[in-house]
Amino acid sequence: MEPIFLKPNSLRDVNTHYCAGCGHGIVHRLIAETVDDMGLRERVIGIAPVGCAVLAYDYWDFDVTEAAHGRVPAVATGIKRSRPENIVFGYQGDGDLAAIGTAEIIHAANRGENITIIFVNNSVYGMTGGQMAPTTMLKQKTSTTQSGREQKLHGFPLKACELLSVLPGVVYAERVSVHSPQNVLKARRAIKKAFQVQLDEKGFSIVEVLSQCPTYTGLSPKESVKWVGEEMTKQFPLGIFK
Amino acid sequence: MKKVLMCGNEVLAESAIMAGCRFYAGYPITPQNEIPAYMSRRMPEVGGVFIQAESEISAVNMVFGASLTGARAMTSSSSPGISLKQEGISYLAGCELPAVIVNIMRGGPGLGNIAPSQSDYFQATRGGGHGDYRQIVLAPASLQEIVDLTTLAFDLADSYRMPVMILGDGLLGQMMEPVVLADSVERIAYSAKKDWILDGCKGRKPRIIKSLLLGNGELEQFNERLQKKYNEIKNKEVRCEILHGEDSKLMLVAYGTVSRICRKVVKTLREEGKKVGLVRPVSLWPFPEKELRALTGNVERFLTVEMSCGQMVEDVKLGIECKKPVHFYGRSGGGVPTEEEIIKEIEKIMY
Repeated sequence: MEPIFLKPNSLRDVNTHYCAGCGHGIVHRLIAETVDDMGLRERVIGIAPVGCAVLAYDYWDFDVTEAAHGRVPAVATGIKRSRPENIVFGYQGDGDLAAIGTAEIIHAANRGENITIIFVNNSVYGMTGGQMAPTTMLKQKTSTTQSGREQKLHGFPLKACELLSVLPGVVYAERVSVHSPQNVLKARRAIKKAFQVQLDEKGFSIVEVLSQCPTYTGLSPKESVKWVGEEMTKQFPLGIFK
Repeated sequence: MKKVLMCGNEVLAESAIMAGCRFYAGYPITPQNEIPAYMSRRMPEVGGVFIQAESEISAVNMVFGASLTGARAMTSSSSPGISLKQEGISYLAGCELPAVIVNIMRGGPGLGNIAPSQSDYFQATRGGGHGDYRQIVLAPASLQEIVDLTTLAFDLADSYRMPVMILGDGLLGQMMEPVVLADSVERIAYSAKKDWILDGCKGRKPRIIKSLLLGNGELEQFNERLQKKYNEIKNKEVRCEILHGEDSKLMLVAYGTVSRICRKVVKTLREEGKKVGLVRPVSLWPFPEKELRALTGNVERFLTVEMSCGQMVEDVKLGIECKKPVHFYGRSGGGVPTEEEIIKEIEKIMY
């Protein structure tokens, strides 16, 4: 019998530490599939962020480093400028990219660094126990917005793709989601396109992936994909921004 | 060999290039601005990378990225900027990545001023950032010594896989002196010897560079290994210069710019027949403890002179295990001790 579905070579055959229903595993897999499809496993260098995805280096089966919180785009810049022949991507969460690392992401994008950022936006801090993220929705309850996020106290959810797409250094910016099989396939295509932009030496590419965190949105895995699809996409519309 | 007249900051930048540095990232801050300016012009000429980063934090993290690909990488700044780099230095130490960090010190705390100072001694020699780590600290006292110590800094960083700091001050960075430079800018391709770098897993197993060690006892084990490395450095890499160690009754202890003033003091007082000497630590970490302790036979008193309110003086006391009195004279916030002031202080103590 011929197998029709296999684990990608770029993904190690190990269990992940992610909670049930978490979207990180899907995004890890999409990256691994893309790296395999494009024949990049021996050229790619990944950067894992601080946050839930820090252990990504235990799951991908290619060269990976870790960066201090928010500094992924700066580390990626140092790697890519030293070794332009490698394909360099950074994996960032919402706290990493849109809070502590806003300076690094804006300036790497504005310099038009030929790197790729995969930005996983799940609306909440996971690793530290469910605090408000810069992308937390208004009225969303977190451990630091216990009555719900209120604009007057906590500001608005930050729209990273919209913000970055106005910069001339950004070649490609798309927001996708992994809340349904159809959207997962779209996300896969976007990640491939982002890597292609880098291969073609065109400049900075970013894919924002809306993802579910059932644990800290207080929902079941089934409810959480529904919430991402119906609620999060209102605040963070899917599509190509550039 | 060629003799040139340059300012200290430019000598440092050219020496780095000659030592094989091919990646520099920095952010402007006085009094070290000649370093990024020089690098911006020189790096493209030798096929290297210059980046003016958006912050000191970003600059040190770019160096982190370049270093993990095997490049000889450097960043430079001055006191307030070095405070910002501490996070990155701790990660470099935790990931065992080589890098050279230059601090051309100015007055502090806070924004302080832009005058020369030595008040970052604690920060430099105690680690500065979080965690159980050390960095090698080298303190040149002349522009010619900047040439030698910059090369040494890159060699030590690579051999021990750790950050090395060159600690100068605004005076050393700004002043001009003739220096002799080698003609060739080519050195060994160091990346070829590094079997731990990330360059894509072609024909080998994938590598991971990280400092997160969550396993039971894993971090403790790692830190013990770091300590072993640090102990080896303490045994092998102490550097200092001693003037009149054999018969001095009063021993001055000073590094960098201040040691030059103290050298003049020694000359003047020796001409008067006074038995005064000088210990000049070149490596501030590891500190020349044994070398100082060996002097406690004939030396009756030590006088530490610094452009700070008294920081290295603690290491002198620890080094000689308080076997003899240790005095301190310092000027802070941009003040530079004069020969007359130091002589007056010596007379107060000894004569």
